[in-house]
Amino acid sequence: MATQIEYTTGLDKFNRTSNVVNVFFHLIFILLALICIIPVIVVLSISFSSEASIRESGYHLIPVAWSGEAYAYIANQGSMILRALGVSVLVTAVGTVLGVLLTTSMGYVLSRPSYKLRGFLTWVVFIPMIFNGGLVSSYFINTNLLGLKDSVWALILPLAVSSFNVIICKTFFKSTIPDGLIESAEMDGASQLRIFFFIILPISLPVLATIGLFLCFAYWNDWFQSMLYIDNQNLYSLQALLNSLMSNVDALAKNAASMGVSYAVLVATMPKESARMAVAILIVLPVAFAYPFFQKYFISGLTIGAVKG
Amino acid sequence: MSSAAEQKNKRKRLQIRWHKQDTELTLLALPTTIWYILFCFLPMFGIIIAFKNFRISGGFFSNVFNSPWIGFKNFEFLFKSNDAWIIIRNTIGYNIIFIVLGIVLPVLFAIMIGLLHSRKASKVYQTMMFLPYFLSWVVISAVGWAFLSFDKGIVNQMLVSMGGDPINWYMEPAYWPFFLILLNVWKGLGYGMVIYLATITSLDSTYYEAAVMDGASIWQQTRYITLPMLKLVIVMLFILAVGRIFYTDFGLFYQVTRDSNSLFNVSTTIDVMVFKQLKSATVGMASAAAFVQSVLGCATILIANWIVRKIDPESAMM
Repeated sequence: MATQIEYTTGLDKFNRTSNVVNVFFHLIFILLALICIIPVIVVLSISFSSEASIRESGYHLIPVAWSGEAYAYIANQGSMILRALGVSVLVTAVGTVLGVLLTTSMGYVLSRPSYKLRGFLTWVVFIPMIFNGGLVSSYFINTNLLGLKDSVWALILPLAVSSFNVIICKTFFKSTIPDGLIESAEMDGASQLRIFFFIILPISLPVLATIGLFLCFAYWNDWFQSMLYIDNQNLYSLQALLNSLMSNVDALAKNAASMGVSYAVLVATMPKESARMAVAILIVLPVAFAYPFFQKYFISGLTIGAVKG
Repeated sequence: MSSAAEQKNKRKRLQIRWHKQDTELTLLALPTTIWYILFCFLPMFGIIIAFKNFRISGGFFSNVFNSPWIGFKNFEFLFKSNDAWIIIRNTIGYNIIFIVLGIVLPVLFAIMIGLLHSRKASKVYQTMMFLPYFLSWVVISAVGWAFLSFDKGIVNQMLVSMGGDPINWYMEPAYWPFFLILLNVWKGLGYGMVIYLATITSLDSTYYEAAVMDGASIWQQTRYITLPMLKLVIVMLFILAVGRIFYTDFGLFYQVTRDSNSLFNVSTTIDVMVFKQLKSATVGMASAAAFVQSVLGCATILIANWIVRKIDPESAMM
């Protein structure tokens, strides 16, 4: 009943299209929505197809012959895949926590109107938004100067801060934290570090969630840093692993072969095609299940960022 | 001295004097500032390697200082190469199409989805259409392969079952401008739609009430209320997009095409070229291209913002 009432109030009452147009729009959006979720269906379907059926008749939207052999393989022999899953989870967790701390602390400092270096630090954050050194010099600084080549930190540090996120935080702190709150804490002799960690952060959960989500998805979906800096297969994330499997599907067998089974036998018998798509499923499913619940925070962050840029 | 002037003086002194709070806030900002120096400002300084005959091995600073200056040699190589024209054409051409479609389609669909009678259905569609935004190009490349693979792909199976001949998609450049544009629109549509829709739903409904009183049709409401109210957001996103006209989505052009050599003419953009040269350790041309990209990118964003400020000061960013 509540939704019924909602329809007849406010904007909706005045802004109604005819029923024919409405049905036509619905059809368009149903089609678009299906096109948008097709990747998940395809990847799921291939990962549940039997290897033999893929070899014979190729990929299908619905499996010709269902099979869970890809997942059985991952559970039993997929040490390489599970390792990559571990790297992805670790990088995402550490990166998100670190990034949230670095971003919110800067955002808070920039939101303090009486801070003496505010103007200077605002430029520090703003300039990289319009000018950057480009890939070549970043690459050399990260490898030759900071020694990030083949280090897990290469996957974490370069993505930790973005000026866009800092500005979202600054806007949030400026508009939601009452000045009186901070002033009274200052009167009580609390240091700024104490104020930030024990007063500001606990009441800023919406912005922490927004920035945390941005970072979480950015780390989970990143493959470019791996491509640039990681040659050691033990440090491959899921994305990097899928990337290497796309060019050479037999790579999965290499690692398993070192555990006693002969390489040739493995290449011939293991469910390569479906296991590759099962890796894609390990990447996609957590995202597909998580984002509908967090969409709200995402949108609020995106709109603050888009408007206040 | 009057007490008002004294007060003013005192306040001024308070503003100028460095407080304990300033020290604490500086401490709080220090880690992030160091991050900015290492990952943003040092690379800006490193941009001078475009004018040097840079060696790859050894320490970074000693290399930057000791490698000989060669002036614009790297740039000469870059612009004299046969590929320079193709790469610039691809980068700017695709971006112009992406910018136009990236505004027109999300605005169109945001307005349409806002007109649906059922709020619940609209939410479901939005959520589903947001999914591609959360998928990485590596995953999308894998999905593309499932469709376009020569012997196993879904599209070729359909072609064959309809009596046609299978097509070796990754060898046929003719189709790829269409594929790349389609994928770009597909990935960004839900995201763009959500941003515009957030603006539409935040509009004051009294505008529409007044319009309906005056007998305005849905089309007139859209044309004279919704679109003008969206102008600010459209202009903002337009400036940001124009400022990135020399940058492309590396994943789209490199991962989705599977770096196929046959597609070089339709898929190589500045970013792809820089990456490939970097990986093959020929730094000269890559650093020149990266330099051009950074400097022109900065110039375009400033110019775009300047033009917008001339036309409509309220919409400008800076």
